[in-house]
Formats: sequence, structure tokens, C-alpha cells
Amino acid sequence: MKSGWRYNAFSYGIAIPFAIVLAFPFFWMAVTSFKPEAQVYDRTKVWSFHPTLANYGFLFHQTDYLRWIRNSCFVGGMVVLITLVVALPAGYALARLSGRVGRTMGVAIFLTYLVPPTLLFLPLSRVIAQYLHLSDRLWALVVVYPSFTIPFAIWLLMGFFKTIPQELEDAALVDGCSRLGSLVRIVFPISIPGILTVVIFTFSLVLNEFVYAITFISSSTNRTLTVGVPTDLIRGDLFNWPGIMAAILIPSIPLALVYNAFLNRFIAGFTGGAFR
Amino acid sequence: MTAVAAAGGSRRTRLRYIAERRGFLATLLISPAVLFILALVGVPLVLAVYLSFTDAQAGSLTGKWVGLANFRNALHDPIFRGALWHTFLFTVISQIVVIFCAGLIAHAFIRNFRGRWALRFFVLLPWAAPIALTAIGFLWFYDPQASIFNWFLIKLHIVDPSHLPNWLGTPKAAMSSIITVQAWRTIPFAVVIFLAGISSIPQEVDDAAAIDGATGLKKFWYVSLPLQLPIAMVAILFGIVFTATDMVVPFILTNGGPFNSTQVLTTYAFQTGINAGNIGEGAAIALFMLPVLALVVIGMLVFARRAEVT
Repeated sequence: MKSGWRYNAFSYGIAIPFAIVLAFPFFWMAVTSFKPEAQVYDRTKVWSFHPTLANYGFLFHQTDYLRWIRNSCFVGGMVVLITLVVALPAGYALARLSGRVGRTMGVAIFLTYLVPPTLLFLPLSRVIAQYLHLSDRLWALVVVYPSFTIPFAIWLLMGFFKTIPQELEDAALVDGCSRLGSLVRIVFPISIPGILTVVIFTFSLVLNEFVYAITFISSSTNRTLTVGVPTDLIRGDLFNWPGIMAAILIPSIPLALVYNAFLNRFIAGFTGGAFR
Repeated sequence: MTAVAAAGGSRRTRLRYIAERRGFLATLLISPAVLFILALVGVPLVLAVYLSFTDAQAGSLTGKWVGLANFRNALHDPIFRGALWHTFLFTVISQIVVIFCAGLIAHAFIRNFRGRWALRFFVLLPWAAPIALTAIGFLWFYDPQASIFNWFLIKLHIVDPSHLPNWLGTPKAAMSSIITVQAWRTIPFAVVIFLAGISSIPQEVDDAAAIDGATGLKKFWYVSLPLQLPIAMVAILFGIVFTATDMVVPFILTNGGPFNSTQVLTTYAFQTGINAGNIGEGAAIALFMLPVLALVVIGMLVFARRAEVT
């Protein structure tokens, strides 16, 4: 390419400063998490301290942290399952419906993703308590979360399925396969990378959710990660800042690594639905 | 065709024949999703509107019909009017910062260079990590005694150690603080949207511009910028929805305080509907988000049609 070094200089000049500013909070969280609790308020000991793992020990042994992680994973797993069962067929059908109908329906379904939990949590909190009798149960979250993961997943899957040539399925039909058969035997297997992307991003949406989780769940043992840390670790009488920093970093770093690894596929699916 | 199959075959072949019809199959595959969305988004949305016209209290889904009283009360409530204004400020200022920074960053990441993966990882961190958790991190960074920002400012001799700014404790500083966190957290998302949009612009456009002698700023201004405006629009629309309707950052950092100076629609709806138990009033407050949503949806639809034409 032309003027390679100039583009590189531009890239580094922008990317490095922004990367430092945007990632700095995580760096400082990491430093704090290794400090002895007594030293975190000491301005003279910013760098000179004896690193310790005591805060991580505190988190795992003296709080419900591991339980919250397990709760989050349970809800995440169930929601991913429900989302795939519902969104896979719908995403495929919308990708193959040619013309206006398919497009309009796809956009309509995607727009429901924009209806925010902050608008729905009040009526839903009553529905959960009065009709479903799921107050303070993780199942309440399993039931409600698909409301935003399904539209999101359908949109992504639509994008992925559109990139699979119709001819491949036609060939299977000619060979005597039924339409549903070609879906299960041809389309789904070659879409596995796309499906995996949907799994990852659905899971991270669930892990991120806060409004429903804080409204529906009231007891400490049933909390998910995002709600357990701010309510139980902060409002309790123990204000262990290094421990809290550790609690933030433990799920964030692996999540970000996976996120980054799948980002290119995410972009392909997202634009596949929008621009094709 | 249908008649032939129906007359000629047993019940099984007829069923199989129906299953092969495209229209039927499509309906079959899509309907579970539509039903799910209707039950979990459509019904609660209607319920929210209904509740806003009643005086329903916590513990029940019904209440006396009070007409527009909830909305009238809200509009006469100074805290609510403050919340409207704060929501506007919070959204507009953070999104201006976001669009400017994200546009720059995205252009730095278009082509490959050494270390791109690692740098992109750092840039994406704020969006990939759960915001409810990272917001608590900022609670610590803004701590009145041990704020790392203050320590930094002391080192640079910008602030005096005996008069440290209290980032979340004074009204003006608190608003800027939560706007900063919201911008920090949304920038990576806008970068992703920009990257997605830019990657969908065909390479030929670039080549054609190069052949015609367009370079540098000129090419950016006349070729790249017009092509990328729709992408910026998408990023802005998403950013508006995610910021105006989100409550995590203000909820965790200030919970509307000090003195309601960072009260936004979402936190006020939560306090009224859940903490105080006035579900009807809370629903009415939350419904003031609808006009914003409607505008964004219309914007999205206009964009979708434009994308279809080109």
C-alpha cells in the first residue's frame, strides 16, 4: 500500500494514547487489588507496597462471590439455550425470505431490541411476583432475559445466514433432502462459527444486565455477579476496596479477551444483516 | 398443485408436502420468536402505559384509574423537571465526546499494523467488561480521600492537597463525573459500529478516489466523510438509546444525588416505582423516554431505507 509509514504513524499516534486512557482504570484496579488493605488510602505508597493475594482470598472465602459467579453462569447458560432454540430458525427464515417482507420483519424484530429494560421493569416486576410467582428466583431472569437476547441474536444470525449461498441448499434439495433436513445437515454445520459468536455475545449481554437483576432478586444468595458486587460488597459494613477491585477484574478480563477474539465475526454478522 | 397432492397421496405425503411449502415453513420458524417478543416486550409495554394512568402501588398490578394525574404531577415536580434536563445533558454531552473520539480511533484501526490486536483489546475493554462492575471501580477512583485522579492532579501541582475536589459529592462535579464514565464506556461500542460500517464500504471507492488524485484531507472531506455519515448516524442513534434509557452509571455512582443534581429519568423512575412503591407514577416517569425512543426508531428506519436504495 501507498504511504505505509504515514498511515502507521497516524495509527500509533491515535491508538496508543486512547488505549492508555481507556484501559487505565483497569490497570489501576489491578494495582489496587494487590495492595494490602491498610495501604490503599496512602498517597505516599502509590507504587511501594508489598503485593498480596489476601484480597482475592477474602473474596473467595468470606463473601458469596463464587455463588454469584455460579448464578450468573446458570442464568447465562439457560438464556443462551432458549435464545438459540428460538432465534436459529427465525434468523434462518428471515434471511431466506426474499424481498420486502423478510426485510421489514427483520428490522421490526431488531427494533424491539431497543425497547429498554428501564421502561419495562416496573410492569414486569409485578408480573413476575403476581402471576409467575418467581420473585427472588433466578428463573425470573431466565424467563425475562430472552426478551432482549432473542431480537439481538436473530439480527446477527440473519446476517450470518445471508452469507451462505442458496445454491448449497438447492443442491441438497436436488439430492432428495427435505428443506428442514438441509437446514439441519447443511446450513447449521457451516454456520457454527457464526452461532458461536451469537453464544458469546448473548452470554455477555446476560452477564452485563443490571436493571432486571436488581429489581427481581432480593436475597444475597440468589444475586448475580453484576448485582451482588455493588449491593453486598459496597453496602455491607466491610468496605474492602482491594477485594472489590479483584471482584471486578476476575470476570472482566476473560470476557474482554473472548470478546476481542470474536469481534471480527460479530462485525460481519452485524453488517451482514444491515447492508446486504 | 395442492389439489393433485391432496387427491393423490396419503395423509403423510400431504403433510410432507405442506412442510415443503416456503410460506408455511417460514411462518412455522418465525412464530416462536414473534410470540416470545410479543409476550415479553409487547405486553409489558402495554401494561406500562396502562399503569401510568392508575394509582397502582407496590404489590398489585391494578389500581384506580386516575387519568392523566400521574403525568400532571410529574410535570409539576421540580425533581422530575430536573431529571428531564439531566437526562438531556447526560446523553448529548457524552455522545458528542463519543462520536468524536470513536471516529478518530476507528480510522486508526482500519488497516493492520504491528500490535493492533493488543491495542484494540485495550480500547475495547470498557465496553466488554460489565458496566455495573466497572462503575464501582469508578466509585473508588472518585473516592474523596484516595481518588487516583486527585493524586495525579496533586503531582502536577494543579490542586492543593488540602482542598481536594470531591468528584461525586458536589453537584457540578458529579454531573461531569458520570458523563465521563458514560463516555468512557460507550466509546468502544461506537468504534465497533464505525469499524463495521467502514468495512462495508467497497474498496473500489478508495481506489477510484486515489486514481482521481484525491489524497489526505481532501479525500477524507469529499469521499470518506460523506460515505461515513450514515455510519456515524447509526452510532449516534444507538448511543442515544443506550445512554438516555440506561440507569447503571448514575444509579451506582450517585443514585441521583447530591441533592438530585444527577437525577435522570431512569433513576427517578426506579426510586418512585420500586423504592417508594408508587408503580403508577414510576411508570408515568419512565414513559417520558418514549418520545426519544420513537425519534431514534424513525431515524433507524430512514437509515434502513437509505441503505436499501444504495
